[in-house]
Amino acid sequence: MNIQHFLASIGRAFLDFLAATGRIVVFALLALYYGVRPPYYPRLLLRQMVDIGYYSLPVVGLTAIFTGMVLALQTYTGFSRFAAENAIANVVVLSVTRELGPVIAGLMVAGRIGAAIAAEIGTMRVTDQIDALTTLSTNPYRYLVVPRLIAGLAMLPVLVFIADVIGVFGGFLVSTYKLGFNPASYIQRSVDFLQTQDVVAGLVKAAVFGFIVTLMGCYNGYHSRGGAQGVGAATTYAVVSASILILVFDYVLTEAFFAR
Amino acid sequence: MSDTRNPVPKIMVRGLRKSFGPKRVLDGLDLDVAAGESMVVIGGSGTGKSVMLKCILGLIEPDGGSIKIDGQEVTNLSATEREHMMRKFGMLFQGGALFDSLPVWENVAFGLIMGHGMRRAEAKNVALQKLAAVGLGADVAELMPAELSGGMQKRVALARAIAAEPEIIFFDEPTTGLDPIMADVINELIVKCVKELGATAISITHDMVSTRKIADRVAMIYDGKIIWNGPKSQIDNSGNPYVDQFIHGRATGPIKMQVRAY
Repeated sequence: MNIQHFLASIGRAFLDFLAATGRIVVFALLALYYGVRPPYYPRLLLRQMVDIGYYSLPVVGLTAIFTGMVLALQTYTGFSRFAAENAIANVVVLSVTRELGPVIAGLMVAGRIGAAIAAEIGTMRVTDQIDALTTLSTNPYRYLVVPRLIAGLAMLPVLVFIADVIGVFGGFLVSTYKLGFNPASYIQRSVDFLQTQDVVAGLVKAAVFGFIVTLMGCYNGYHSRGGAQGVGAATTYAVVSASILILVFDYVLTEAFFAR
Repeated sequence: MSDTRNPVPKIMVRGLRKSFGPKRVLDGLDLDVAAGESMVVIGGSGTGKSVMLKCILGLIEPDGGSIKIDGQEVTNLSATEREHMMRKFGMLFQGGALFDSLPVWENVAFGLIMGHGMRRAEAKNVALQKLAAVGLGADVAELMPAELSGGMQKRVALARAIAAEPEIIFFDEPTTGLDPIMADVINELIVKCVKELGATAISITHDMVSTRKIADRVAMIYDGKIIWNGPKSQIDNSGNPYVDQFIHGRATGPIKMQVRAY
């Protein structure tokens, strides 16, 4: 009897998971459906792009530079045991462009933007502002969701490109000033080793992460219930689910791009 | 419920049903509102008043029944047709539901710019006129909604509801949470705006002072149905014990208080 209860609870959780996945997919498809039809709101899109792209720059830039610096330091302590210090440039440039740039930027933006989107849309939901949009002949998907999704999709690659440059520069700083590498040969090694594919793969990841972050923010905000507590819960779900999905999709995309 | 009025009611609701889980909120609700009439639906909290309005607006999908606007069935409209139909409606939400990211004038002009495609400069002019109509000056227009008092927010919400000159206006508890004087101001404004527009209005409220001021007809909702419906003048001798208990605010009588919202 007990084992039956146990199995039933696993089954229930699994069904809930499938149902939630289905609802999120339907939500994204609805946004897509309304997004491709006029009217379009370029002014709102621009504002979201500035919000997501421009205002995230300090946070993403700071995390990127320290990530690059730590990476160079750690690689040095590890690799010097095998007299492989010269590989630092390669390790830094590959790790940052392929992996750390997109993931760190994605996670930072999940905290900064995903939470803000969920809180804003969630508050609009619990104060009837979303219903008010509908009564003013404005489709809430088109007005609220679509600009955010497009802005996330478009701006994360830009952010990550900048983060790549700053991250590699962080590694360069530590290697040349602290570890005594020759600047010219460090840059030479970085550039020689890097392939277009590495950067492109990182930027594709960034676009996917941007979509995940904004989608989770919009979905959880849009379906929040029950006042301030509900909005708080929606914000938490948005950040947690976006962070987990980023790491899951990071693996899936890495497998797709680089596994031979 | 003898109806010898206009042959095609502006709003005709028949057998409207809606449940949330096991809780039956609307249970075969019938309501007719003639064109140009101000109908006030009274009833206690949790009796389905808001759900009824949201069903008519299409914000909630009913489980069954029929809703006709100008004789046209609206329960099965597509999203695009629904958006079109919305241009006939204005709605004053209970909490105001002003967009807190936009200044007051843009709130009022929102439906004109977004729904009707009016140019911003022109829409701003109309918004200023509508704000003046509810007694607010041009200085208020540039403020953000959060900077306004509750009564001022209600006025702005009212200006927004009437800005596109809708044929049908819904008022969801327009006086709840206001002091008696501000409540009276809002009541006066509602009467004035509805008369000036010649609009059809449905208000839901449990404020009897407000009801007596703004109603042409009154309907009482109880247990998901309209249990009484008549002209305002008959409300004091309806002969219905439920209506009597409600309008006199007695704790004892046939109405049992609901504990849960739904």
